[in-house]
Amino acid sequence: MTRSITLKKGLDINIIGEILSPSPLNNALIKTIAIVPDDFPGITPKAVVSIGDKVKIGTAIIIDKNDPNIKLTSPSAGIVREIVRGERRKIIKIIIDCTDDEFEQFDTSLINNPDASRLLLQQSGLWAHLRQRPYDIVPASTSFPRDIFITAFDSAPLAPNYDFIIERNYNTNEIIAGVQLLKSLTSGNIYISTRKDSSIKNIEGATIINIEGPHPAGNVGIQVANISPINKGENVWTLNIITLCKIGHLALTGHIDPTTIIAITGSEIKNPQYIKAIEGANIEDLLIDNLKTLNNIRLISGNILTGHAITINDHLRFPYLHITAIPEGDKTDEFMGWASLSPNKMSVSRSFIGHFLKKKFRPDARILGSRRAMIMSGEYDKVLPMDIYAEYLLKAIISRNIDQMEALGIYEVAPEDFALCEYVDTSKIEIQKIVREGLDYLRHEIE
Amino acid sequence: MKALRKYLDRIKPAFEPGGKLHAFHSVFDGVESFLFTPNTTSRSGVHIHDSIDSKRSMIIVVIALIPCLLFGMYNTGYQHWLACEATEFPFWELFGYGFLAILPTLVTTYAVGLGIEFIVAQWRGEEIQEGFLVSGMLIPLICPIETPVWMIAIATAFAVIFAKEVFGGTGYNIFNVALVTRAFLFFAYPAQMSGDNVFISTEQICGLGGIVADGFTGATPLGQIASATSSDITTLGVNGVAISSWDAFLGLIPGSFGETSTLCILIGGAILLFTGIASWRIIFSVFAGGAIMAWIANLFATSSYPASMLSPIEQLLYGGFAFAAVFMATDPVTGARTNIGKYIYGFLIGVFAILIRTYNTGYPEGAMLAVLLMNAFAPLIDYFVVQANIRRRMRRLTSKS
Repeated sequence: MTRSITLKKGLDINIIGEILSPSPLNNALIKTIAIVPDDFPGITPKAVVSIGDKVKIGTAIIIDKNDPNIKLTSPSAGIVREIVRGERRKIIKIIIDCTDDEFEQFDTSLINNPDASRLLLQQSGLWAHLRQRPYDIVPASTSFPRDIFITAFDSAPLAPNYDFIIERNYNTNEIIAGVQLLKSLTSGNIYISTRKDSSIKNIEGATIINIEGPHPAGNVGIQVANISPINKGENVWTLNIITLCKIGHLALTGHIDPTTIIAITGSEIKNPQYIKAIEGANIEDLLIDNLKTLNNIRLISGNILTGHAITINDHLRFPYLHITAIPEGDKTDEFMGWASLSPNKMSVSRSFIGHFLKKKFRPDARILGSRRAMIMSGEYDKVLPMDIYAEYLLKAIISRNIDQMEALGIYEVAPEDFALCEYVDTSKIEIQKIVREGLDYLRHEIE
Repeated sequence: MKALRKYLDRIKPAFEPGGKLHAFHSVFDGVESFLFTPNTTSRSGVHIHDSIDSKRSMIIVVIALIPCLLFGMYNTGYQHWLACEATEFPFWELFGYGFLAILPTLVTTYAVGLGIEFIVAQWRGEEIQEGFLVSGMLIPLICPIETPVWMIAIATAFAVIFAKEVFGGTGYNIFNVALVTRAFLFFAYPAQMSGDNVFISTEQICGLGGIVADGFTGATPLGQIASATSSDITTLGVNGVAISSWDAFLGLIPGSFGETSTLCILIGGAILLFTGIASWRIIFSVFAGGAIMAWIANLFATSSYPASMLSPIEQLLYGGFAFAAVFMATDPVTGARTNIGKYIYGFLIGVFAILIRTYNTGYPEGAMLAVLLMNAFAPLIDYFVVQANIRRRMRRLTSKS
């Protein structure tokens, strides 16, 4: 029997720009791709290619200085065009021209051997797509998780429909093969969380859990907290079902599949749609002619809650599935917005008329207020379906009190779990940034 | 609006570092963000934010206080006319009289409070914050109408500096600023702040009002009950007619300026609850705690504590109880912050308010002291609620190993 969990807390944000008819799938021609090591927290990047080198799909281009088995590999074949560095020569990104389609072939003959499976994932670069909790980082190469949690849906605003992506790009055999491979890396369970109407029903070796409820139900961290919470000293791995399919593809064929189906969404997109491209694709090739405007626009790789702000000249960021375009709004002059009776103001507060309207909004990127101390109470609790006192955990993080952070459950959380708290916050506090800094601080102090 | 925006943009450089008026930049920032929603966009984390900000939540509280303010103006006039033994009560004259009576207090409170906030914000290099908008409205409402303006000024300055700014400003204070003001007045000037006449405005203002009759008694119902010597607890209005519960509900009784009308307080409470700005948990549990304690006190009614002879309904209608439940206990900064904590915090406020007013005849009104007491204990209540969460997590760990 499938277990069902219904979450009551959370919030679905209704905004303009969803994909209405997902059917025709365009292939985008991509000229360059880039890998951004910052997308893989926990890694100290070291480039192992130089400008002009020829790489294949799956060739390692970055390794972790402290754990060289962990590699970031190229999703396209071609020539290394540029290594962009920032302060103290930190690698910002490595850009590769897409001129070829040669694959790096990996050895899958020993797939049933745990060490071989581990090595296969690490060599292929897919290991870096896994995340470990605590700390929400790429797992260490020797990590042995208690359980592995896979989310099979994304509940974020305008998020891509994973069922659609799987139907178009993957097959059930890949899911089964992926589960088999991961099974050899843990002595615990493999949980796949789905919506009730998902096409993923019975997968051998995995426990299917139905999760109902508003966002953040699709966040894997929320699922972990409600299925089998993490205790101090334990670690679990998390990934999404698309990564699982890619792992399965690798196990079955011996090479990685760098194609990805990207949901192009948001109020500033002319025609919201899915596009087939490759990981790390440059944004210009993806959005060409599909943007309503180029001025005062905020492009986001990912969703409006957790994505990265990018420009048209940037590249798609991990997890390579979603782009949202909304107005930037920094040129807007709103007279006494705090007194507004406009029905176009989006809010969870019943003091706004918009709260009562069943309509889709077109929000911009303004923070709509000024930063304050935490004044209102109980706001975070309404949108965080975990047994965690968010306000107290945040205060423990801000005061860098390690004992208190541990006691209040920092090992269970990732910044993305707090995205809705940050959205609803009256005091406009940068909560995800605080949590990320707290996790990094704790890891630095403890390890 | 365009012209205003342009004007602000034109004078802005003077307030920036190096500008002539840089010393007043926090004032400028405050005014600018008051007039125009800041158009800063998110730098990290979420890309969109909810429309609610702390200005919005504060202004809702101010709106919720307006019924009490308007009724207070009317009632001030009404009580004055009663004291003059008038037989006719012309609405607009009553109202105008009350308006003129409260205006100096209102202006003084805002001038002193906001003045200090401006100076401190400037000194700290921060933007002016809107916390005092609410406090400045609350203070005139909870003080007797005859409180001298200079006392209000001193008490407000004391509360803003020592109850708020020394702790770090809006959002960091332990005690409710408005109640500290009231408590300061109560303990610093006991002679002027008690007695029969402080609750009734006796002067003619701008030709409005009359000459008050000699020997009228303007004591509040609770004041009369506290000094009752027999088991007769009938309370009398200024005109010598007995006060009914209905009068107390409407608020046509002597009392602090804006606290008398339970009806207007309930209207304000409805606004706060509908918009979700105040916690229904706190409001509900203050009334529950008050009703239960009043019922217990009434069970053991004795003439040595005359207030114990009041019925629970009367206890909730009289004095500042309802006002404290709706507007004081619900201050999110000084109240309990966890959901379970809010029930305990509110319940104990209700219990202590009735306990103090019944069994300590020295203080006819206990709501103010009860809220201040529980302000001090709110962090402790939250501590235990959070500890329960921590223990749950510990148990999960030990049951595994």
